[in-house]
Amino acid sequence: MTNEQIAQDLLSQFGEEKIFGIVENYGLLNVTTTTETIVPLLHYLYQHPVFKFQFLTDLGGIHFPDAKGQELGVIYHLHSLENNVRLIVKLHVPIDAPDVPTLTGLYATANWMEREAFDFYGINFVGHPNLIRILNVEDMDYFPMRKEYPLEDATREDKIDALFGR
Amino acid sequence: MSDRKIQMVDAPAGLEGQGFFATSLDSLVGLARANSLWPLPFATSCCGIEFMATMAAHYDIARFGSERLSFSARQADVLMVMGTIAKKMAPVVKQVYLQMAEPRWVLAVGACASSGGIFDTYSVLQGIDRIIPVDVYVPGCPPRPEQILDGFMQIQELAKSESTRRRQTPEYKELLASYGIE
Amino acid sequence: MSEVALVANPNVGIAKPQESNKKYVNELTTLNLGPTHPATHGIFQNILTMDGETIVDSEQTVGYIHRAFEKIAERRPLYQITTLTDRMNYCSSPINNMGWHMTVEKLLGIEVPKRAQYIRVIMMELARIADHIVCNSILAVDTGALTGFLYVMQWREHIYEIYEEVCGARLTTNMGRFGGMERDLSKEAIRKINVLLDEFPKSLLEFEGLVKRNRIFMDRTTDVGAISAERALNYGFTGPNLRAAGVDYDVRAMNPYSSYEDFEFEVPVGTKGDTYDRFLVRGEEMWQSLNIIRQALNNLPEGSYHADAPHYYLPKKQDVYHNMEALIYHFKIVMGEIDAPVGEVYHSVEGANGELGFYLVSDGGRAPYRLKFRRPCFIYYQAFPEMIVGSTLSDAIVTMSSMNVIAGELDV
Repeated sequence: MTNEQIAQDLLSQFGEEKIFGIVENYGLLNVTTTTETIVPLLHYLYQHPVFKFQFLTDLGGIHFPDAKGQELGVIYHLHSLENNVRLIVKLHVPIDAPDVPTLTGLYATANWMEREAFDFYGINFVGHPNLIRILNVEDMDYFPMRKEYPLEDATREDKIDALFGR
Repeated sequence: MSDRKIQMVDAPAGLEGQGFFATSLDSLVGLARANSLWPLPFATSCCGIEFMATMAAHYDIARFGSERLSFSARQADVLMVMGTIAKKMAPVVKQVYLQMAEPRWVLAVGACASSGGIFDTYSVLQGIDRIIPVDVYVPGCPPRPEQILDGFMQIQELAKSESTRRRQTPEYKELLASYGIE
Repeated sequence: MSEVALVANPNVGIAKPQESNKKYVNELTTLNLGPTHPATHGIFQNILTMDGETIVDSEQTVGYIHRAFEKIAERRPLYQITTLTDRMNYCSSPINNMGWHMTVEKLLGIEVPKRAQYIRVIMMELARIADHIVCNSILAVDTGALTGFLYVMQWREHIYEIYEEVCGARLTTNMGRFGGMERDLSKEAIRKINVLLDEFPKSLLEFEGLVKRNRIFMDRTTDVGAISAERALNYGFTGPNLRAAGVDYDVRAMNPYSSYEDFEFEVPVGTKGDTYDRFLVRGEEMWQSLNIIRQALNNLPEGSYHADAPHYYLPKKQDVYHNMEALIYHFKIVMGEIDAPVGEVYHSVEGANGELGFYLVSDGGRAPYRLKFRRPCFIYYQAFPEMIVGSTLSDAIVTMSSMNVIAGELDV
């Protein structure tokens, strides 16, 4: 089974409106989909008799401040252990309504991964059983991995701007 | 005693004569304290792994009278903070410090505990001396076990020369008050 | 488009043991285990609801050493990120370093010479041994056997000496460069590796003799903290913990990197996925690692120990002083002036705890646009409540110990 076969199968199953942005990055197939399709798509891949993408390797957020209406993204890494083929599924959501359906109904491991993406980017996973911050302190009022927030600790006084080229 | 070479600690300065030895209580107490410091290993990350090496057979911190690691804060003398302290962890460090009985010393092992190290980020406390007073800093990322031992011996020196009343002095109370500790 | 029926996945959600439905005998107590408990090996908080000695429910809090690696990585040139990877799983830093180097090499299209690949394999397997030594001996300590720990720890010390010979550091190694190693294996390093190959098996046998068939140890670990293969997969387990459950997934075998396809080794698997199986799998992996190191050292190819990639590989110090071009490259690399090509790349290596992945999105700047670490610990630690509910507190401690959860990797 090749990347082309997977792409063809997904296109014939879901159509071009739902599956787009098909590229191959260093031998790894990337497809982009929409928030409505993500859950049926992953369920379809899970129970596909040949592909058997039944292992969620990773899930993470990403932020593109310049892409209007598609600022936030979620990247799913799937792995078919039987065929030893990997697949990346992406989707994009606007920053003012970052609602993505949860995957916790299919993968137990999605629980903490989605909490992490929520913690870092504020992506709201609808239907998640316990969507609270995981790594940062609970009273934090922003999403630190978004591009506009600074990295440095704001309480440092010994770092003079001139010395750090700012 | 056999001919095995056992190194004893030196006696403090004092008057010695036939059948007696006189010295000040301070130095006697200091001697006893310095050679039986019970460390509380507060290991969070990489430096904790180096502490494991310090504690194990090769470097053997037991040679300095601290084979008894006190995991209970109540019975510990030295708080060894090893590793990054995130802001989420800061209240825990402070609580552990408050649970320790006087006299207590604090050893900040490694760059992260001393100053935040390479992690100048929103989530990391920039040095534990922002929340509790520190006696000795050990540089390194992570420090080698020899360095940790050296830092530990510096604490021993402090314990040896400390007056028994230091913890009652107004200066010390003021220091604690500056950290918000009563 | 035809409608997709959603899978009713039985493996999702916490499986409570059957008898937990019975009425509790005692009043329930809440026990706060962590974040600084000495038996948790790292800082995690577990709030346990206990019925006498039995754990009824568990809630975890993590993030106590969250250092914002992924945010830092977005501000640093590629080569400075190696220092961050050191501090992820600090028990086996070289694997992290080289995993990251290979990711960047994939992006840049650098072909690494065979010799460098073999040296990497040697270093990665040494790191795996060092990591498994810690995990297994600490597991023995947690069941009450301190002696074995002191036996094998001296060999971890020896491995650190080899690291020092190869890169100068003990723990946070920052080993290698993009394109290969920073220096060749010295005679002393080869001698020390040979000493390890000759002498360590004796110590390991002694350690196994003390622990492996020890009645107390077996009683404490057999059937403790078991997880089935289906659930382990659903929880995203990888590495020794997944193999203990009976799934032979090993990145080294399935997606060979750095010439792993040249070596003969076996992937040990367990049957029950309990603490004892995890112990055995890690023990056997140490033997396999020794085997791989022996093969790599015996067949060490001649040639250069680094790729010819002047834009990314730091020139020799000698050349920097005498050669204009080398000085320019040196300056550009150190100042992080070299832009990476645009691209997205995922690379994974078999870390000591499982599949350690790097997902690097580059927009053509000097720093990654986004770098996501797939940390095995973070992913499998969430199964911990399920593995301990219904067992006693002392079982929970050995379960956590055998899972080898490293706080630095979990929280990044």
